[in-house]
Amino acid sequence: MTILFLITAVVILASAMMVVTSRNLVHAALWLVASLFGVAMLYAQLNASFMAVVQVVVYIGAIAILFIFAVMLTRREIRDKGPGLNKNWGIAALVSLLTFGGLAVLLSNWSGFSQPSADFPSGFDAVGALGNALVSPDAFVLPFEVASILLVAALVGAVYIAYNPRSGDNRK
Amino acid sequence: MIPLSWYLILSAALFSIGLFGVLARRNAIAILLGVELMLNAVNINLVAFWRYLDPTVMTGQVFAIIVFAVAAAEVAVGLALVISVYRNRKTVVADELDMMKW
Repeated sequence: MTILFLITAVVILASAMMVVTSRNLVHAALWLVASLFGVAMLYAQLNASFMAVVQVVVYIGAIAILFIFAVMLTRREIRDKGPGLNKNWGIAALVSLLTFGGLAVLLSNWSGFSQPSADFPSGFDAVGALGNALVSPDAFVLPFEVASILLVAALVGAVYIAYNPRSGDNRK
Repeated sequence: MIPLSWYLILSAALFSIGLFGVLARRNAIAILLGVELMLNAVNINLVAFWRYLDPTVMTGQVFAIIVFAVAAAEVAVGLALVISVYRNRKTVVADELDMMKW
């Protein structure tokens, strides 16, 4: 169990480092897929089976593919010229390290920091309970519906923003 | 069994790597990739808290699913903006997009 967690953590963090440092954006997007897959493995280890499947379907199947499409639509040459990082990358690295140190100190002072896992109730149907929680009026039906409206509005907005009014003339 | 702290430290490290990507990359699409890493770090935290505190209360997983929806909305609008900017300015380097700078 521990060795599985460590392998997953190494996969996630190494792929994430490649995402932020690799100069070729297609490679960066593919490393993002590897990192997201590691997160899905982590969800499976945490007994969150539905989250693991949704991670693969939504993040890898939709979002990462959308990134690769955007990379291919926005480049003139195959390879970007110039450095991948801007000139303030040293300050950015310092800020990130300070954030990590601050979070680590903050968390280690919390009393529940190293608490063991709660017992997973045997025979407990987590996916069914999640489905009930999402549609039950006593639980989260309102945030769930608001999230759907947000998603529809954002996708309509995305189509409107990316639509090119001049491209219609070329079809004649 | 692994203590909760390992998940929290992993997610803090992933968040910091994503923050570095947002602050240091020149390409606007690479900045959005960093944002995705940060959102995933948040989701790891939410699911780990759900599992370690009380698995019969589904609040953590519901919150993580709403984060999924918001991430999909964010990436759709963000990439549409990048494509629109590329069509008008022929660049996606964030340093060169300074028409609103005075």
